[in-house]
Amino acid sequence: MTTATAQPTTKLWSGGKSPFNVSYGKLMMWYFLMSDAFTFGAFLISYGTIRFSVNAWADPNYVFNAFPFAGHANLPLAFVSLMTFILILSSVTMVLAVHEGHKMNRKGVEKWLIWTILGGFAFLACQAWEWTHLIMGDKEVLVNGVIEKWGTTVTHNPWGPDVMFNGKEVATPGPIAFGGYFFGITGFHGFHVFSGVVINIIMLIQTRMKIFENRGHYEMIEKAGLYWHFVDLVWVFVFLCFYLV
Amino acid sequence: MSQVATAEAGHHHHDDGTQVKRIWKTFWILLIITIIELGIGLAIYTIHKGDSPNHLLVLMFKGVVCILTLAKAFYIVGVFMHLGDEIRNMIMTIVVPLLLFVWFIIAFLWDGDAWRNLRNTDAGSRIYIEETNKKTSIPSTDNGYREDGTNTPAQKKD
Repeated sequence: MTTATAQPTTKLWSGGKSPFNVSYGKLMMWYFLMSDAFTFGAFLISYGTIRFSVNAWADPNYVFNAFPFAGHANLPLAFVSLMTFILILSSVTMVLAVHEGHKMNRKGVEKWLIWTILGGFAFLACQAWEWTHLIMGDKEVLVNGVIEKWGTTVTHNPWGPDVMFNGKEVATPGPIAFGGYFFGITGFHGFHVFSGVVINIIMLIQTRMKIFENRGHYEMIEKAGLYWHFVDLVWVFVFLCFYLV
Repeated sequence: MSQVATAEAGHHHHDDGTQVKRIWKTFWILLIITIIELGIGLAIYTIHKGDSPNHLLVLMFKGVVCILTLAKAFYIVGVFMHLGDEIRNMIMTIVVPLLLFVWFIIAFLWDGDAWRNLRNTDAGSRIYIEETNKKTSIPSTDNGYREDGTNTPAQKKD
């Protein structure tokens, strides 16, 4: 079927083949991802609107300054950097799996898929720790003249502006929307990571069963790869909106 | 199916070594951009901690981080997702609808900012005096916390 590549692009619309030179499945994966980008975009922009509508917002450098086994050490951005690094690396291992698929190298695809799945699990584990740490937190906050200890949840935000109280600096409750947006958006992204891991596990099983080898191409790995890279892409923006600015 | 797949395989004309090199090169680019972003994030943290934070500088740093994020997105989509290797018409059907985000972001952030102004000035009926001294002591038992989320820190009431 070498005639397909030999055809000049001007003949792409004359019928008999895909005018976009991609398979139906891959094209539809792209359009699904585009619509998913609008979903995430709507969430993030809604978050931005609410954040712009209040005078004080939680400072990410104080909210996210913890690291596992580091006690109360002040390490702003350290843990989320690790999470970002894990996700970028798992994106690389995924693209290497796709690359081995092009070469019809089943063992190579399996190897890189396993690394990608491990990366996905590592990211999910990090997120589970981060959520637990925030929800179980005991930050001192001044509520109606009494100091209480609050975690960060969808109903409690102890990251408002500091005030002096009995000679001591103490935080006040911040805008209540913070927890809802943070857990909602990172949760929706985490769910994408989880489904990506499930898809990759299915891909690994099918590769092991030589389904793609017998089919003659590894295009399914490419489609799973598109989804996985999209998850990484969304994280880049979640990272920007919640942790950096 | 197999016909398209064959055409695809022929489409990726880079030979094996170059392709793998390109992937790792992109990884390093992404890593370095992320490290720069973290550096800027920590710089913002340090500026905020200072006695008189330079808000213009912070805003500039945030703008730089946004541009760096777009660069990262470009590399992920272009290289890892191979969109750069597809034909132009196909790329355009993905990229052109995403231009809606330009309006989307400007309009909604503007709206949020307008709400803040309306709240701060009681819909334009008074002048808003910005808090300059954040850490005032409060003897009052009311710190402005409201269950419905419309918090107004107590020092604003004076």
